[in-house]
Amino acid sequence: MKRNRTLTVGVILIAFSLISTLVGWIWTPYDPLDMNPDVSFARPSFSHILGTDVFGRDVLSNIMIGARSTLIVALVSVFIGIALGAAIGISAALSPAKVRQLTIFGIDIILALPSVLFAIVLAAVYGASTFTATIAIGIALSAAIAQVTRRETTQVLRSDYVAAAKVSGSGTGQIIRLHVLPNILPSLLVQASGAVAIAILAESTLSYLGLGTTPPTPSWGRMLAESQKYLLVDPIVALWPGLVIVLTVLGFNLIGDGLRLSLDPTMKRDAK
Amino acid sequence: MSLLEVNNLTVSFGDHHVVRNVSFAVQPGEQLGIIGESGSGKSLSMLAIMGLLPEGATVSGSVLFDGQELLQRTDAEMSKFRGKHIGMVFQDPLASLNPLMTIGKQVAQPLINHKIASRKDARLRATELCSLVGLPEPQRMVESYPHQLSGGQRQRVGLAIALACSPSLLIADEPTTALDVTVQQEVLQAIRGLAAAQGTSLIFVSHDLPVVASMVNRVLVLHDGTVVENTSKDQLLRAPQHPHTQRIVASAKQSSALLRQATQSSAQ
Repeated sequence: MKRNRTLTVGVILIAFSLISTLVGWIWTPYDPLDMNPDVSFARPSFSHILGTDVFGRDVLSNIMIGARSTLIVALVSVFIGIALGAAIGISAALSPAKVRQLTIFGIDIILALPSVLFAIVLAAVYGASTFTATIAIGIALSAAIAQVTRRETTQVLRSDYVAAAKVSGSGTGQIIRLHVLPNILPSLLVQASGAVAIAILAESTLSYLGLGTTPPTPSWGRMLAESQKYLLVDPIVALWPGLVIVLTVLGFNLIGDGLRLSLDPTMKRDAK
Repeated sequence: MSLLEVNNLTVSFGDHHVVRNVSFAVQPGEQLGIIGESGSGKSLSMLAIMGLLPEGATVSGSVLFDGQELLQRTDAEMSKFRGKHIGMVFQDPLASLNPLMTIGKQVAQPLINHKIASRKDARLRATELCSLVGLPEPQRMVESYPHQLSGGQRQRVGLAIALACSPSLLIADEPTTALDVTVQQEVLQAIRGLAAAQGTSLIFVSHDLPVVASMVNRVLVLHDGTVVENTSKDQLLRAPQHPHTQRIVASAKQSSALLRQATQSSAQ
């Protein structure tokens, strides 16, 4: 029952941030970009539930709108990272020694390069935008995922049950589908839920550097970065974007954990 | 014509020859035992026959199955061959089953691979195979996962998978080494009985002389990658020729003598 609770809490947290994002499309308490110097750094109250920032913009409205860029960047880049990383990792594990070593070398180079540098290059070529930031984060994530996937796949391919599958006439495609993918899935889920956190923070870093979401479009990361300047004046403004980031990351981690446990037949009660 | 004819099989890793000029033949319906200590090249010889040598190994010689050369075949051709004509039972029954797949799916897989049965018929046949190898409650068994079974039951599943396509040759590579002594005999009986009932030839690989002797009529002794003796079981037990074989037979006789002695002294 414990794994269901993990999954449930995770789903509730993510549902909460998704619903507020969707509502933000239709309605927000205030225009998120509307500046009002009279109410700069207003305390949370009935008129501004989460208060206002330095320009007197409503924080709640900004969080609802900012969720869009943050969640889209996080989810799309993690999807790119997992798809690319798993494909590269699995094919590397299946390749002959020379190709495999070359791939591992390439992965190591991408891992050694600071991903921010990589994003700067992409932004210089294609222009700074949420889209280029997403691609840059996705590619940077894929290297680490490919590395782990290659190792896990190699382990599965060396197992006796893959040898047994070959002995009963299974081809490579079938071995990947029936043996490799199901057995590396738990590790992919763990990596994906961890990668969501990295992606949300990477998006804020890139936005902070002006390489991601461009002002005035809000994102959680940009809100956090902007409020950092006023941390001594009004720390509570930094609390809200920080809190939603933490809760969302926690939500994804709990979902990842819950799924991983429910996929493992040895964790189920015996079917006796 | 021999069912399987192995001529001058040599397996090397670089300059290191782990299997050297191994030759033997298996007749249809015959039971051949291969005995040797770990590292004698018995498992590698079997993997070479199946075309499943690990990366970096080179193989030479010839392996004829029903007069067809196996060593020249591509991986795709071998995929169509394995399981259909030669089945194999592995040493560690837990490691050789996918922990995330039900028993039924794993037993049905060879039938689906070789297009012998449709997906649905294969599942029905899997239940039949489970009961054939002596698994209790086959209906429930096919829905179970490997971790829910005992060691002996898992090895019976391995046997069901190996025999699913009714191959003409069954290779059992140390099938009882990982099992408790008490269930070893039951599994050996199942292998012997089913091989005899289906007319399947058997290659039984083990380091354990009494176990091999209980299973086969002819024994091949491997030592250091070479065949040191290829003779009938009776001949081997009565008059072993090679010094290494003499040591194996002597130590097996010694341990059974010790057991007898211990039984007598405890009876007194």
